[in-house]
Amino acid sequence: MALEHAEVLRAAHLARLDLSDNDATKYLDDIRRILDMVDQLQTLDTTDVAPLAHPMDATQRLRADEVTEKDQRDHYQQCAPQVENGLYLVPRVVE
Amino acid sequence: MQWETVIGLEVHVQLATQSKIFSGSSTAFGAEPNTQANAVDLGLPGVLPVLNEQAVAMALQFGLGINAEIPEVSVFDRKNYFYPDLPKGYQTSQMYEPIVGRGEVEILLDDGSARVIRVHHAHLEEDAGKSLHEDFHGMTGIDLNRAGTPLLEIVSEPDMRSAKEAVAYLRAIHSIVTYLGISDGNMAEGSMRCDVNVSVRPKGQEEFGTRAEIKNVNSFRFVERAIAYEVERQVELIEDGGKVVQETRLYDPEADETRSMRTKEEANDYRYFPCPDLLPVMVDSAYIDHLRESLPELPAEKRARFQDELGLSAYDAGVLSSSRAMAEYFERTKDVCGDAKQAANWVQGELSGALNRDALDISDSPINADQLGELIKRVIDNTINGKAAKQVFQALWNGEGGGENNSADAIIEARGLKQVTDTGAIDAMVEQVIADSPAQVAQYRDAEPDKRGKMIGYFVGQVMKASRGTANPQQVNTLLKEKLDALC
Amino acid sequence: MHDKTITEIAGALAAGTISSRELTQDLLGRIDRMDGQLNSFITVTAEQALSAADHADQQRANGQAGPLTGVPLAIKDIFCTQGVKTSCGSKMLDNFIAPYDATVVSKLRAAGTVSLGKTNMDEFAMGSSNENSFYGPVKNPWDLTAVPGGSSGGSAAAVAAGLVPAALGTDTGGSIRQPAAFCGITGLKPTYGRVSRYGMVAYASSLDQGGPMARSAADCGLLLNAIAGHDARDSTSVARVVPDYTEELDAPLAGLKIGLPREYFGDGLDPSVESAIRDAIKVFESLGASVREVSLPHTSYAIPAYYVIAPAEASSNLSRYDGVRFGHRCDNPSDLIDLYKRSRAEGFGDEVKRRILIGTHTLSEGFFDAYYKKAQQVRRLIRQDFLDAFEEVDVLMGPAAPTPAFDLGATKDPVSMYLQDIYTIAINLAGIPGISVPAGFSGKRPVGLQILGTHFAEARLLNVAHQFQQATDWHLRRPEIAEENA
Repeated sequence: MALEHAEVLRAAHLARLDLSDNDATKYLDDIRRILDMVDQLQTLDTTDVAPLAHPMDATQRLRADEVTEKDQRDHYQQCAPQVENGLYLVPRVVE
Repeated sequence: MQWETVIGLEVHVQLATQSKIFSGSSTAFGAEPNTQANAVDLGLPGVLPVLNEQAVAMALQFGLGINAEIPEVSVFDRKNYFYPDLPKGYQTSQMYEPIVGRGEVEILLDDGSARVIRVHHAHLEEDAGKSLHEDFHGMTGIDLNRAGTPLLEIVSEPDMRSAKEAVAYLRAIHSIVTYLGISDGNMAEGSMRCDVNVSVRPKGQEEFGTRAEIKNVNSFRFVERAIAYEVERQVELIEDGGKVVQETRLYDPEADETRSMRTKEEANDYRYFPCPDLLPVMVDSAYIDHLRESLPELPAEKRARFQDELGLSAYDAGVLSSSRAMAEYFERTKDVCGDAKQAANWVQGELSGALNRDALDISDSPINADQLGELIKRVIDNTINGKAAKQVFQALWNGEGGGENNSADAIIEARGLKQVTDTGAIDAMVEQVIADSPAQVAQYRDAEPDKRGKMIGYFVGQVMKASRGTANPQQVNTLLKEKLDALC
Repeated sequence: MHDKTITEIAGALAAGTISSRELTQDLLGRIDRMDGQLNSFITVTAEQALSAADHADQQRANGQAGPLTGVPLAIKDIFCTQGVKTSCGSKMLDNFIAPYDATVVSKLRAAGTVSLGKTNMDEFAMGSSNENSFYGPVKNPWDLTAVPGGSSGGSAAAVAAGLVPAALGTDTGGSIRQPAAFCGITGLKPTYGRVSRYGMVAYASSLDQGGPMARSAADCGLLLNAIAGHDARDSTSVARVVPDYTEELDAPLAGLKIGLPREYFGDGLDPSVESAIRDAIKVFESLGASVREVSLPHTSYAIPAYYVIAPAEASSNLSRYDGVRFGHRCDNPSDLIDLYKRSRAEGFGDEVKRRILIGTHTLSEGFFDAYYKKAQQVRRLIRQDFLDAFEEVDVLMGPAAPTPAFDLGATKDPVSMYLQDIYTIAINLAGIPGISVPAGFSGKRPVGLQILGTHFAEARLLNVAHQFQQATDWHLRRPEIAEENA
C-alpha cells in the first residue's frame, strides 16, 4: 500500500494541519517507510482472531446520574485564548 | 411518470437525565453560556469520560418499547471531525455496535389504519454545543452547555412513503419517548430533532433513488413541509433531465425550501474507531427483565386495549392514546364516571374543543379528570340532561363553581339545573304547552301520521323552555306523543 | 541526602535528622546548579515546594506523618497540576496552566509528598530519546553526550542526577522502562488500569499508564502504594484491591521460575547489554531461581501493531488542541480552517505531526480494516503469547533496550528510533506490568534488566527486583555529575 503524496495532504487536511507541498514531501518518505514496516502485519494470518481494543477484558462501569459539577466557567476560561460574555470566540462560522 | 417517495428518519432524542452522558455536569436547559461546561465537557487535556447509568437505562427502555433486539454488548466509537461546538474534535457515539438493535414502530394514519415502520437501530451519543452567530466583532461565540447531553439517535429503515407517514412516525416516536418519560420531547427547545433522508423513484422500481439528507428539522410541520418541497424539487430535477446529488440540505422555514449546505469540504471521513477511554457496555438479561417489568403501558398497547376492552373505535383509541397525558386523563375520567364511551366523547369533544380554543395542553386543563368524570356521572344517572351538562362544563372551565368546590354537583345545585323527572310536574307543563299552542296542535292533527314525528319537536322545545332546560327530554317526548296522539 | 532512597529519606525525616524544608532547599539548590546542563525540568515550583515542605513538617510535628510525608519528588509534565504549567513538552501547551489536578497528583499530595516541579519529556510522550521536546533535549547524567531515553527522560535524568529521589513517569511503549534503563534507575510500568489516567494528558489511551521512577524497587513500591487504585473518573481504571506493595519485598526467590524469551536475545541486541543481562540472570540463579527459555512468537509484530494503534488513538486524542478553549492559537486567523490549521501546525512538533498523519491515514475510509482492525487482532495474539508464557513461568526477564543510551542527535531516522522499543512495546499492548532495574554498564552507560509479570503481578515484580538489589549494587551507583555537585 504505497502512500501517495496526495494522501499525506489529505490526511493533513483531515487532521487540520497546515502543510505545504514541500512539508508533505518531507513527511511522505518517513511515513512510507513506517507504513512499510507496519505492512509486516499483513503476513500474519488473523482469521477468526477477535480484535483486542483494551488489554483488560473489563466492561464499562456506570456512573450514577447525579450532578456533581458546579459552575467553574471563569476558572476554566482563564486558559482560553479568546472569550467574551462567557463565550469562546472563533472566526465566524458560516453555515 | 408516477413517482414514489422514499423516506427514512434519523431522530435525535435528548434523554431526560439530570447529568451529562459522560460527566457530572447539569443538563438543565437555558443556563448562562458555558456555566454547565466543566473539565470533561470542555475536553481539557487529560480528562476522561464515565458513562451515565441512567442514559443506558433510558436507551434500553426505548429498545424494549419498540420490541427491539437488545445486544448483550454495545461499544462506543469516536466520530472524528473538527467543529468549534465539538470540544474534543470527536463525538463519542456508537457506530458499529449500538445499544439497541432492530425494532418496530407502529404508526397510525389519518384513515385509522396502522403501518409498521422498521427501526434499524438506536444508539447513544453525546450532543454538541451551540454556535451563536450574533455579532462578536465578526466572530462566532461558542456555548458548550449542551455539549455532552445524552442523545438517543433512532435510525429508521427507509420505510415511509409520504410526508404524512413520516410525520406519523415522528409522532409515534414522540409519544413513545414521552410515555416512557425518557425525554421531554420538547421540539422547540431541541429535545427532539430530526434528519430526514428523502429520495424519489419511479413507481414500481425496486432500486432506491439518490437521497438527500435534510438536517435538523425541528417541528412536525417543518418535517412535512421540508419533505413536500424536497420531493417536488427532486421530481422536477429528474424530469428536467437532471440528477439528484447525494448531499446534505437545510430546510429554511421562512422561505419554505431546502437548500444545499455549501460544501467547500470534500466528503467527510469520520475515521470511526472504538473509543479507548470507554469499555464495552454489557447488558445482562436480569437487568433487561427488571427494566421490562417497570415499563409503563405504551401507546400501541394502550390503543389496542382501548379498542378491545373498552370497545372504542380505532380512531378514538388512537387519539386518546396519542400522548401519555391524554391517555391518563381519559382513563381517570372513565374510572370516575364508569363509562368509557361517554368519557371518550367528552374528552375528544367538549374538552379538546375548549383546550384548542384556549391553546392549552391537556396537562394544563382547568378541569381535571375527576371533575369531568363527576360531571359525566351526573349525565349518566340522569341528574342533568345533556344541554345542562354543557352549561356545567363551561361553568367548571371558568371556575364558576368557586375554588375547591368547583364541582359539577355544586354548579348543578347552585343553578338549579337538576333534571325534572317528576311526572306530575312535566305533565302540567305539557298540558300547558298544548293548551297554549292551538294552531300547532291543529297542524299536528291534520298531518300524515308519519310526518307527525318531526312536528313534535316544536312542542318539546316549548316544554324544555318552560322548564328552563331541566325537564328530562325523553320523558317530555313520551308524554307529548301520548297526549297529542290522544287528540287526533 | 541527595543520593538516598525514599526509604532512607523517610527514616531521616522520621528521626528528625533533617526536615522536609531543609531537604527541599537542598534539592532546589542542586536543580539550580545542575539542571542548566541536564535540562531535566521544564518548570521548577520552588515556592509551592517549600510551602508543601513546611506543611509536611508541620504534619510530622502534629504526629500525622505517613510513609511519604515530606518526601520530595518530581512529576512528568504530562500530568495536570492545578495552577502550574502543564506543557506535555509541547509548544501547544506552553501557555497552559492546568485548572485541575490529575488524580495521581492529588494522591501524592494527600500522601504528603513535596513536588519540586515538572520534568521534561518528549512532546506528548512521543519519543524514545527526549529529543522531541519543545524545551530542548535532556542530557543523560552518566554521559552528557548521550540521550536519557524517552519519553520520561526528564524524570529519569533528575532521579539519576540526584535532583529528586523519585519522579512520576508514564509509559505507552517503554517510556518509563527505557529511560530508567538508560539512566541507571528503577522504573515500574504497572498493569494497564492499575493507576488512574485521569489528568494524565492522553497519547494513546489504551496503552498509556503512569508509574514510579526511583532509585530502588522498594521505593517504587512505596510510591505505587500511594498512586495505585480505582478512580471513579477513569472508566479504564480497575476496581481491584490495592495490596501493600512493600509487604512481599523480602520473600525469598527460591523456586522462582524465570523465563527468557528467545526473541529478546536475538539480532540487534548489543553484546555488552546481553552480557550484563546474562550476568544478572546468574545472580537470580544463585538466589535459587530456575531459568528456562520461552518463546513469545509474535514479538516481531509488536512494533508494527503499535505504530498503527498508538498513532490512531493519538490522532484522535490530539484533535482537542484546536486553539479554541486552551493552548496555542495562531495570530490573526483569517477563518476557522486557518485557525485550526495554523494553530496546530505551529503548536505541534515534527514527530507529533508525523504520528497524527499516520493515525489519520490509517483510520481513514478504506484503510481501517487493513490497519487498525488488523493491528487489534495482532494485539490479541501478542497478549496471548504472554498469557501462555506465564502458564509456565512466574516472570520473564530480558534487556529493557537493545543498546545502552545512544548519542544525542545520532538517530535521525524515525524507524530506527522506533526499533529501540522492541523489548518494551509488546508489554503495553498486552497490558502487563514491567520493571527495569539497573544491571550493569556498557562503558559509562547503564544497562537495564527488564522483569515482566502477568497482569497485577506488581508485588511479585517488586519482590524479584528488590531481591536482586539486595544481592547487587548497580542501583547504588551514582553518576559523577551527581557526586561533583554534592
